[in-house]
Amino acid sequence: MSRDTLFEKVWRRHEVVAETPDAPAVLYIDLHLIHEVTSPQAFTVLRERGLKVRRPDLTFATMDHSTPTRTEQVFGGAPIAIEAAARQVRELEVNCDAFGVELLGLRHARRGIVHIIGPELGLTQPGKTVVCGDSHTSTHGALGALAFGIGTTEVGHVLATQCLLQRKPRTLAINVSGELAAGVTAKDLILAIIGRIGVAGGTGHVIEYRGETIRALDMDERMTVCNMSIEAGARAGMIAPDETTYAYLASRPRAPQGAAWEQALEEWRQLPTDAGARFDREVDINASQLEPMVTYGTNPGMVMPISGTIPQRPGDAMFAKSLAYMGFEPGRRVAEQPVDVVFVGSCTNGRLSDLRDAASVLRGRKVAAGVQMLVVPGSQQVKREAEAEGLHRIFLEAGAQWRESGCSMCLGMNGDLVPRGHYAVSTSNRNFEGRQGVGARTLLASPLTAAASAVRGRVTDPRELM
Amino acid sequence: MDPITTLRSRTAVLPVSDIDTDQIIPARFLTTTTRSGLGAHLFADWRYGSDGAPQADFVLNRPEAKGCSILVAGNNFGCGSSREHAPWALTDYGFRAVVSTQIADIFRSNSLKNGLLPVIVDQGTHGWLMEHPGAEVTIDLESTSLTLPTGQAVRFPLEPFARYCLMNGLDELGFLLARDGEVRAYEQQRAF
Repeated sequence: MSRDTLFEKVWRRHEVVAETPDAPAVLYIDLHLIHEVTSPQAFTVLRERGLKVRRPDLTFATMDHSTPTRTEQVFGGAPIAIEAAARQVRELEVNCDAFGVELLGLRHARRGIVHIIGPELGLTQPGKTVVCGDSHTSTHGALGALAFGIGTTEVGHVLATQCLLQRKPRTLAINVSGELAAGVTAKDLILAIIGRIGVAGGTGHVIEYRGETIRALDMDERMTVCNMSIEAGARAGMIAPDETTYAYLASRPRAPQGAAWEQALEEWRQLPTDAGARFDREVDINASQLEPMVTYGTNPGMVMPISGTIPQRPGDAMFAKSLAYMGFEPGRRVAEQPVDVVFVGSCTNGRLSDLRDAASVLRGRKVAAGVQMLVVPGSQQVKREAEAEGLHRIFLEAGAQWRESGCSMCLGMNGDLVPRGHYAVSTSNRNFEGRQGVGARTLLASPLTAAASAVRGRVTDPRELM
Repeated sequence: MDPITTLRSRTAVLPVSDIDTDQIIPARFLTTTTRSGLGAHLFADWRYGSDGAPQADFVLNRPEAKGCSILVAGNNFGCGSSREHAPWALTDYGFRAVVSTQIADIFRSNSLKNGLLPVIVDQGTHGWLMEHPGAEVTIDLESTSLTLPTGQAVRFPLEPFARYCLMNGLDELGFLLARDGEVRAYEQQRAF
């Protein structure tokens, strides 16, 4: 009887050539997602070498990183403000046209952040290998896919050959037990996990998130967890497919239909880790005591419960440097810190349930004076679904801005920036120095915490407003 | 790519841990559609002040860092975004190797494809290098070792295939294209 992990099963089914001591495995890729920022130089290589895209049918393009979120710039004929971004968008259009790759362009009704639309369209499926020139490709692992970010040279490899040369990573099981308390979300859980294992804790590993707490999460929440695997250093995070996964995928436009669905379902049911399978490492987390989490430093591992105080680390120069950037001192609370900007969105927390969370706090309330709040849906589909429920009216009546979809203020490539020295509570994934703008100070948190902080104008435990 | 066998250089030491790729090359420079010219923006927010003037105390702005092709950085280098613009910026600037105690997976993979050597050393060796900026160091791929000016040599891990490609100036794409027969057979067996 085989005793294999989910990862092992997916890996083995995609080995074109198994690895040897001298050479890595040739791994077949089922779904290659591309976007405007990390693909142009790969297409240049194809042109230089006279190569075609081997499997345009397995390649799928959209634009998200450098695209505007202001409606007039997306639909109104106003130009994209940043000239280089406009050029990058045009180049993707030209490349997709020349190489026969399907593109959901700027005004397409199903465009969105690449990691939101892959699952949303049903392109991402259990057991697939999924790659993209973006580190948050780990998101797709929530459906039981082996999904990881690659560099632009590798984007070229996949375009030309549909394969990658890969050494087999090690496996890390994160076993989560206990029920999440009210006001504590999947974002708080993954921040707590990163705080526990550290920003390099998953390096060289593929994580499988397991246990009753993970099984109880819906698909949006599972994607939030897998999304931030890379923030713990792991290229990929996976969750075994189950009835929640199949219910999510059924009827998605690009999911298998009819007899093909039944056949796929039969294959997917074989994927979960066998009883008794061994992982290279295991970590146990009890989620029942978790609080809403907030970061206080300049990497996602510098995180604490919102009621906590910044730890003392005498003699740690890096820690001191990080706190100096943030304008914080050891021993103080981050709760009650005045806030200038609140961002709800990104591939981490830009799905419908995230917007519902934020709206549940904002309903009948106002964004505090002096706070700029941006709500950026993860895709045009999320935007429509949110509007169908009237969520946009709650945001607009509260005084928040309601934008078109994209990566937006997560990395500020499109000009949606946090000003120097300002404090932003952000539902995104990285609080690195300058990530949201030169000198910007980012506090990562859940959509509930972000919305509560917008209302109070200070970092706020959302349970105080629930 | 030019074959690499040995690299000998003084070191520039950047004593910061967990340097992420947003620090190496901030996102606002990623709107480029070519690989060249990114060295001008390497570590942009540390190298230049808000007025655009060079920060005199930043290591790369000091005269002794000129011409160094080996960067020694704090623990865990290259985490975060998968942007290959990070190794492009480092090599365009003139670096040929990065030395740390741990190097993030995607950055390491990207570096190897661009002739930038990711060299992982033990804490002791790393500590010595951090305390001796400007030390003349030799990195040898034949023996996969780094030799300090004291004469002490330490081995570093390097995936054998990546090493072969670096030493012969080959890129992986040619190797993958040559596997076409196997890929076709695999596709037929998968029936899609």
